[in-house]
Amino acid sequence: MSAAATSQGEFLQHHFTTPEQQADAGKIGMWLFLVTEILLFGGLFVGFAIMQSLHPRAFLEAHHHLDRMLGFINTVVLLTSSYTMVMAVHSARTDRRKRVIVYLLLTLICAGIFLGIKCVEYSHKFHEGLLPGRFYSHKGDTVPGQFMFFSFYFMMTGLHGIHILGGMAIIAWVLRRAARGDFSHSYYTPVDLVGLYWHLVDLIWIYLFPLLYLIQ
Amino acid sequence: MDAHATAASSYAKVLGALLALTVITVLAAGFSFGSWNVIIALGIASIKASLVALFFMHLRHDKPMSAVIFVTGAAVLGVFLMICTLDSNARGDDPVRPATRDSGALAISVPSSPSTPGTPAPGQSRLPGTPTKPR
Repeated sequence: MSAAATSQGEFLQHHFTTPEQQADAGKIGMWLFLVTEILLFGGLFVGFAIMQSLHPRAFLEAHHHLDRMLGFINTVVLLTSSYTMVMAVHSARTDRRKRVIVYLLLTLICAGIFLGIKCVEYSHKFHEGLLPGRFYSHKGDTVPGQFMFFSFYFMMTGLHGIHILGGMAIIAWVLRRAARGDFSHSYYTPVDLVGLYWHLVDLIWIYLFPLLYLIQ
Repeated sequence: MDAHATAASSYAKVLGALLALTVITVLAAGFSFGSWNVIIALGIASIKASLVALFFMHLRHDKPMSAVIFVTGAAVLGVFLMICTLDSNARGDDPVRPATRDSGALAISVPSSPSTPGTPAPGQSRLPGTPTKPR
């Protein structure tokens, strides 16, 4: 493939001196963005911590409505997708172009399974009236105030779900470029940066799962 | 090429560790350790997050700038969480929520709280952001 030899110059923007400089700049930009994402979710986590410490019984009672098994399966699916993503980056770095495509496809499938399970969970909550704030209409509660838990549940998992959707879109974009043969050991920054984003989405779920599903 | 093979196998090992820790955290949630439960759960989550950051996000072998940015962000979040917790713990006398800290129940929706004037009827809530009209 002659593309590997030329790609270095092909994708180098005029305002960078070397491909390394371009890759480093991209990486720093991505990490800065990821920090804003951490702080975005951080606000929700802090709100959750404060409200839970004020109303522990309501939160404990409300979390029994969540299916621990589905949460566990989703965690496994997302961790696996993180692995396939890092393998896609690794394959791009080592010039294994077919494997990049396979691993990116596997990551997309895992993301689809995650969202599918999330849909099952959401529709179950909708049917039982376990909804946020004033939409909460579940009957027969012994502990009041459970709507608060579901406000946080839907806000946090919803925002996370939107991030999964966004992640799927950019993985699909990178997949298209991989199929076109853009990436090689000298240029794989897009795969690398999409990977970083995907791992952050995974990282947030790593905290969401025990906080929402495994309260004691 | 040998270095690449070891990198790929280390990713598989990290995935194995992450899955094992997930099983452990679910099993640990089945036991009651009192207030230690949340510490154990968040501790395991932090180990998992560190594994993802160090290996999957390449912080271990990356240039230090990425780690500096990440750790700074995490530290700011820590300060944010700490100060907010201190603040909310220091507020002992919330008129809307009298002495319910330990029971955990929402006094505002408990019918028998005559000490609070204008307590809404059961099923209503006076929390910020929720309407006070009956459903």
